[in-house]
Amino acid sequence: MSTRLPKKDVVVVGLGWTGSIMAYELSKMGLDVVAIERGPWRDTASDYNIATAPDELRYAVRQDIFLRPAQTTDTARNSMSQTALPIRKFGSYLPGNGVGGAGVHWNGHSWRFFPSDFNLRSHYEERYGKNFIPDDMTIQDYPVTYDELEPHYDFFEKVMGISGKAGNIKGVIQDGGNPFEGWRSDEYPTKPLKPNLAQIKFEKAAKELGLHPFPLPSANISEAYTNPYGLRLAPCTYCGFCEWFGCANYSKSSPQTCVLPALMRHTNFEARTLCEVTRINKTRDGKMASGVTYVDAAGREFEQPADIVLVCAYATFNVRLLMLSQLGTQYDPVSNTGTLGRNYAYQTNAGVLGYFDKDTHFNPFAGAGSQGMMADDYNGDNFDHAELGFVGGANINCNTPHGRPISARPTPPGTPRWGSEWKKATAETYGHTQSVGTQGSSMSYRDVYLDLDPTYKDRLGNPLMRMTFDFKENDLKMSRFVVDRCEEIMKNMGPQRMVKTYKRGPWNVVPYQTTHNTGGAVMSSTPDKGVVNRYGQHWDAPNVFVTGACLFPQNAGYNPTNTVGALTYWTLDAIKNQYLKNAGQALVQA
Amino acid sequence: MRAQILAAGFLAAASLLGAGQARADADNFTEVERGKYLAILGDCMACHVGSDGQSMSGGHMLETPFGRIAVPNLTPDPETGIGRWSADDFNRAMHEGKRPDGTHLYPAFPYTSFTLMSRSDNDAVFAYLQAQPAVKNQVDRSTLPFPFNVRLLMAGWNMLNFTPGTFRPDPNKSDEFNRGAYLVEGPGHCGLCHTPRNLIGGDKGGAHLEGGPLQGWFAPSLTADRRTGIGAWTEQEIVEYLRTGVTHRSTASGPMAEVVELSTSRMTEADLKAIAVYLRERAPAPAASNPTPVAATDSRMRAGEAIYLDSCAACHVGNGAGVAGIFPRLADSQFVQQGDPTGVLRVVLQGAKAAATPHAVTGPAMPALGWRMTDQQVADVATYIRNSWGNAAPAVTADQVKAMRSVAGGH
Amino acid sequence: MPVSSRRQLLSATALVAFSAPALGRSITGRMPWKPNEAYPPELARPGGWYFLNPAEVATLEAITSRLIPADDLSPSGKDAGCVVFIDRQLAGPYGTYEWLYMQPPFSDNPLPTQGIQSPLTPQQQYRLGLAALATHCRDSFGGKTFEQLAEADQVKLLQGMEKGEVKLPGLNAPRQTTTMLFNLILQNTMEGFFADPVYGGNKDMCSWKMIGFPGVRYDFRDVLDNPGKPYTKPPVSIMGRPDWNGKPA
Repeated sequence: MSTRLPKKDVVVVGLGWTGSIMAYELSKMGLDVVAIERGPWRDTASDYNIATAPDELRYAVRQDIFLRPAQTTDTARNSMSQTALPIRKFGSYLPGNGVGGAGVHWNGHSWRFFPSDFNLRSHYEERYGKNFIPDDMTIQDYPVTYDELEPHYDFFEKVMGISGKAGNIKGVIQDGGNPFEGWRSDEYPTKPLKPNLAQIKFEKAAKELGLHPFPLPSANISEAYTNPYGLRLAPCTYCGFCEWFGCANYSKSSPQTCVLPALMRHTNFEARTLCEVTRINKTRDGKMASGVTYVDAAGREFEQPADIVLVCAYATFNVRLLMLSQLGTQYDPVSNTGTLGRNYAYQTNAGVLGYFDKDTHFNPFAGAGSQGMMADDYNGDNFDHAELGFVGGANINCNTPHGRPISARPTPPGTPRWGSEWKKATAETYGHTQSVGTQGSSMSYRDVYLDLDPTYKDRLGNPLMRMTFDFKENDLKMSRFVVDRCEEIMKNMGPQRMVKTYKRGPWNVVPYQTTHNTGGAVMSSTPDKGVVNRYGQHWDAPNVFVTGACLFPQNAGYNPTNTVGALTYWTLDAIKNQYLKNAGQALVQA
Repeated sequence: MRAQILAAGFLAAASLLGAGQARADADNFTEVERGKYLAILGDCMACHVGSDGQSMSGGHMLETPFGRIAVPNLTPDPETGIGRWSADDFNRAMHEGKRPDGTHLYPAFPYTSFTLMSRSDNDAVFAYLQAQPAVKNQVDRSTLPFPFNVRLLMAGWNMLNFTPGTFRPDPNKSDEFNRGAYLVEGPGHCGLCHTPRNLIGGDKGGAHLEGGPLQGWFAPSLTADRRTGIGAWTEQEIVEYLRTGVTHRSTASGPMAEVVELSTSRMTEADLKAIAVYLRERAPAPAASNPTPVAATDSRMRAGEAIYLDSCAACHVGNGAGVAGIFPRLADSQFVQQGDPTGVLRVVLQGAKAAATPHAVTGPAMPALGWRMTDQQVADVATYIRNSWGNAAPAVTADQVKAMRSVAGGH
Repeated sequence: MPVSSRRQLLSATALVAFSAPALGRSITGRMPWKPNEAYPPELARPGGWYFLNPAEVATLEAITSRLIPADDLSPSGKDAGCVVFIDRQLAGPYGTYEWLYMQPPFSDNPLPTQGIQSPLTPQQQYRLGLAALATHCRDSFGGKTFEQLAEADQVKLLQGMEKGEVKLPGLNAPRQTTTMLFNLILQNTMEGFFADPVYGGNKDMCSWKMIGFPGVRYDFRDVLDNPGKPYTKPPVSIMGRPDWNGKPA
């Protein structure tokens, strides 16, 4: 028995980056907006107190601020022939929870995808021929172009105050930036973070190899900054507790630092926390959404009617909510029908670890999530793939996020895991290693997908979502190629020894890899290839808009957040300037 | 100076009232609008806000050193509010601190300042209040413990502490100065917090706006003292502080954050400027207080320095410079160097939230650190920031911290 | 009189509307803030055992002393407080996997890529596993307990458990193997050794001093101003460092 609540103009599912931006912009227009968030309220001083935030055991190991699987999780398997089992403890990826979502605990790598990432299939077909893309690879063009998203990338960077160096301003290549990036209308809002010894070495080594190093665009802000919403950020102090932690000193861009204080001034906005949306409800004719159903912390069920439903949770949970709501048609890889759950992709990361002499002090504890030096020479289609036989690429990073000792205490290969020898090696090695890694693209494939698990349910009795994923040869081949390039750079940085680790399958849910789960509700130019149209509007319910990386048809060699943000502002623009003038109408005719 | 402003005696004031004034007319748009602005100047909402968060229907309890007082309902509800009051009744409350039946109001209601407000301003406020929706909210007004619940005693208090007055401009000063004086001493009732109280809660004679403790906080001095007062503040800095809640010098937090959010951030630029002019020109600096800083070699300073490095410097920066617009500067800070360390201790122990205004939206908060430190450690870090980077103020003791903890609560 | 604190109550005014619990927590109008709101870790207080029994403690003290032996670099795992750490962790939400998804069915043949699939909580794994180890020692070493073995024999046994060459009685896949037990103890011991001392291990920040990790200072701008220079300031824990009391480290 659910209690029916008074209708709102807009209901937002999830109050993270996209939910808070949507809620801010729409409530600013005067719409009555309610956001329903399954986790708790969280704010800087209370939850990321400078004396409690830097706690490796609590946050990185016990995972205090992530979604607790007891609340809900996914099931996983590597192939369709296997039985999926629940991810009982999150490992490979770590969904956020609570107000701010994963925008609280991210590292802050702030990338734009390349223009060619948006027309990936046609770009490859044009450059390398129709037969270059393998048959089982289901990559497709975005129904939106880089040029269309550029103003929204720009604005989102300004909301976040990103620290970086432009490489291409309106087509003019800039010294010190990334010469491969798509054109930018403006320089970054704040200057890059300072390089440490590792990055100084990397920059020199990469340049000597003819590569084009540049500073990592960072949401750990280098200097005090006021964003377009009037919110203020402070300079990053390189505390070394960034990724998997909330920031205690207002120096990491997050919904808390960049949006929420402005949003909360709107009295026509309301946040309901510890309330989990379980269904998007449909109108009687099934052609629109009528609102959502949610369950509060005490287990009571409520129906929240609304004219517009914005699906703004984490990528995988957006897809699951659409599945639980039977909104859209489930993808079936055997019959190759349906779209919901199709084109799930991930990320293909690997790298090289260098062991340096005892006089090389990297001081890894002094780091920021996005403190790094990069090279994009082997990312996207910045290099000739014709003879290489794979699609995609990877960025190369020399990043110093932290030196936290429970997890980051490498020893040379062959060292025992315990005992005197282990201890000696640990004491001698700490502070004298540095990695050069890759963040690799992940293509989409016919048999990699999401659907509801037939066996496992959450505490409310709703099926968990099942993830069928493994690394495919195309992506592993790409990764090996770029890791070999990392090795060349590392060699030039002068370590005493190196350990190169190629990415290998099968995908394992335990070791952390990345929280960049993409696809499953992808955007498409026609309804047979995706769940939402080019504006993020659901093909089957025009008053439902979906945000997040679940919209990506495949994943690029970059972190997703800025593309997620740019798409959010793009969708907002369509809602404000098109949809609201003609509510209930599909913005693209099927 | 206060004496000058309060010059007019009770009888003179009474003669100005003029019997039979017309009742405020709620249909008078311009008067209501003026009253609305005066209600902002007087920050009426701060105390009288009802549990709905919208109306001035009162009801919550004010903690005072003498007990708890429930705030009255100012909406025009005839039974539980002031719906049956006349403009004369309202003026009498503002001017004399008396209810329509002649009994005394408790001076938690700042009629000691409001007495300077003109009849026409009081009528405007009344018109504004009467134009609000009536909210029924019965407020229990008999919560003070004996003897303070005896309203007759207020008459005695008034004899000692209160002279009904009227505002008299200083003809030798600019209009701007006089406007500022009216705002500060009248509707703004700044002295209520910024003037130290005597034992029975009245203004301490001769210490006007010199700052004082107010239940677990400390309202800093507003004198021209360069170290503890606003002597170093430019006119523009004062305006900016009151308008936005933050300057490179200081951030409004604690009770002042609410004053800025609800009142001063909504004042006109001209009024803020007038306040700044008045505060700066009001009186010469009192005899300079130049305490010798605690030596950096003192063991308390050394402990404090270690704590500061590990707990404070990530925001306030090693040299105490803070970060403009977000983290308050501690070097050369008025708030930090008050003789009474109450404000600093409170912020360190229980945290604080800065004012959030349309001009400074973030309203950053200091985390509560009381759970992390012993009394001695809190004392030492407070001593350190009060005596570093050119600051000088008396050292803080563990006993002071212990006393503060009992007020601040927490872990 | 009075007056002083009139505004203090403002923090409790209705501008922050906490509506009826039926809706969960509803927040509107402003950023919520409360004085003293902080969520410090639960400090591991010395003295007593919250979960482990004396026999388990004795065995774990021996094991943690072999995993992290005392030498010039640091005290032993035992003396660093690793067993206190393990005990306090087992007594908390970690010990029961309170935060994890623990709903059945539990598969009999999970893939190696599917992570935790045993229904046994850490509490159960320690209790059953240490009992199996005690049985094994009694049966294989003439009635001795693990801690009564010569150090070299302890090391050898632990190496056997690590490699799966020793199979403790009653421990079977997929619920709990001998290697899983070893890995769990090793993991928890290292957590205790390197975690903040507030959790009971890493006594006097001994592991941080050993490797040169400065702890929770939260401001290393000075390091970035001097890239490559060794860092010399002493480490600091969540609950401070000796200099906070005016004593040198």
